[in-house]
Amino acid sequence: MPLSKEQIAQRIAKELKDGFYVNLGIGIPTLVANYIPNNIEVVLQSENGLLGMGPFPFEGEQDADLINAGKQTITTVSGSAFFDSAMSFGMIRSGRVDLTVLGAMEVSQNGDIANWKIPGKMVKGMGGAMDLVASAKNIIVAMQHTNKAGESKLLKFCSLPLTGKSCVKKVVTELGVFLVENNHFILLERAADVSIDEIISKTEGQLIISEEVKIIE
Amino acid sequence: MNKIFNSAEEALQGIENGMTLMLGGFGLCGIPENSILELVRKKTTNLTCISNNAGVDDFGIGLLLQTKQVKKMIASYVGENAEFERQLLSGELEVDLIPQGTLATRCMMAGYGIPAFYTPAGVGTEVELNKEKRIFNNKEYLMEYAFDSDFAIVKAWKADPHGNLVFRATSRNFNPLMAMAGKITIAEVEEIVPLGTLSPDEIHTPGIYVNRIFKGEHFEKRIEQLTTRKK
Repeated sequence: MPLSKEQIAQRIAKELKDGFYVNLGIGIPTLVANYIPNNIEVVLQSENGLLGMGPFPFEGEQDADLINAGKQTITTVSGSAFFDSAMSFGMIRSGRVDLTVLGAMEVSQNGDIANWKIPGKMVKGMGGAMDLVASAKNIIVAMQHTNKAGESKLLKFCSLPLTGKSCVKKVVTELGVFLVENNHFILLERAADVSIDEIISKTEGQLIISEEVKIIE
Repeated sequence: MNKIFNSAEEALQGIENGMTLMLGGFGLCGIPENSILELVRKKTTNLTCISNNAGVDDFGIGLLLQTKQVKKMIASYVGENAEFERQLLSGELEVDLIPQGTLATRCMMAGYGIPAFYTPAGVGTEVELNKEKRIFNNKEYLMEYAFDSDFAIVKAWKADPHGNLVFRATSRNFNPLMAMAGKITIAEVEEIVPLGTLSPDEIHTPGIYVNRIFKGEHFEKRIEQLTTRKK
């Protein structure tokens, strides 16, 4: 079975290490927060100005002044800190954020990412994504393997306007886990019951199958 | 010294057609909602607005778009506003989309008196078009300029009569940066407290940056994405 969105998030959560400061983008990346292992401490950064993002508030306890970068009402945790948007991107640009997880419309085999614009059709803007991908040490993309038309989103070259160049280190889709290295996607893990042939057929970019492809637990 | 004005109408005097305004807030959080309503009432047109987002169709800057008072929008993310997208795709509205950290820093640098700076955001993308590029420590950077705006309009939680400002939670966002960056800065606040009430340690924006303050008549504080969990 291909992974559900929750399972993609669950797999990415395994990349977290104790002491990590992590920025989670909108969509599947946000779900990663639900699967942080109990035995480690991770601080979530929300680029609108919060370190130490807590869970959603209980019904009736929401605070309009307390939201995340997806504009959702949230809470703080013990040790949270607020700051302005310039400082927020200061900590991103200066490399303090250990891991960035974000969604994408396209990723190319050299690590380029496109996720902010479809010319003539959709213009939402880049928000903080360009700042994040230009400076983050470790970027994991969480996305569906193909678009609505069934076309591969793991490409030789991105066709959409870029968000950043040569920055994505890893991609997790419903089909598998891919390292982006030396101008290739390298299949490291696959979802149970998804064949390597299926992954090959749905990946337009250069794909290398690692010697031992593990099944995602 | 008294920077207190009695109403949005008084505080926004001098804002004229064709001016450039900074408007604080992230999404609908921490936006100067009373000032935006006053701009709608005033019918000031041909505005260039610098703001991270463009509100939603019927709240925030979205209101100024409905009435076509905005000539140009400088923002980083405009995804929640259908009217905005329509005006943009039809070419009615000029739009400059810039990375969020660049937007924030362009405000901050205006307040710091630094005309330009280098950032890696946007290298290798269409953001780099017509920008000076330099390499520092083997990495490419783009030169970005500090903003120049006639007025900055921000929303704060508390102010004292000297214009010292305190913001609350994530409604701080762009507000202290824009407060530093306007030729004239107007702060609409929830509460004006007597001088000496705010501890010097807690002040986020020193009053030297703030020219006018007024107490907002009504704060709707609309929530864009209400997300809760059950008890």
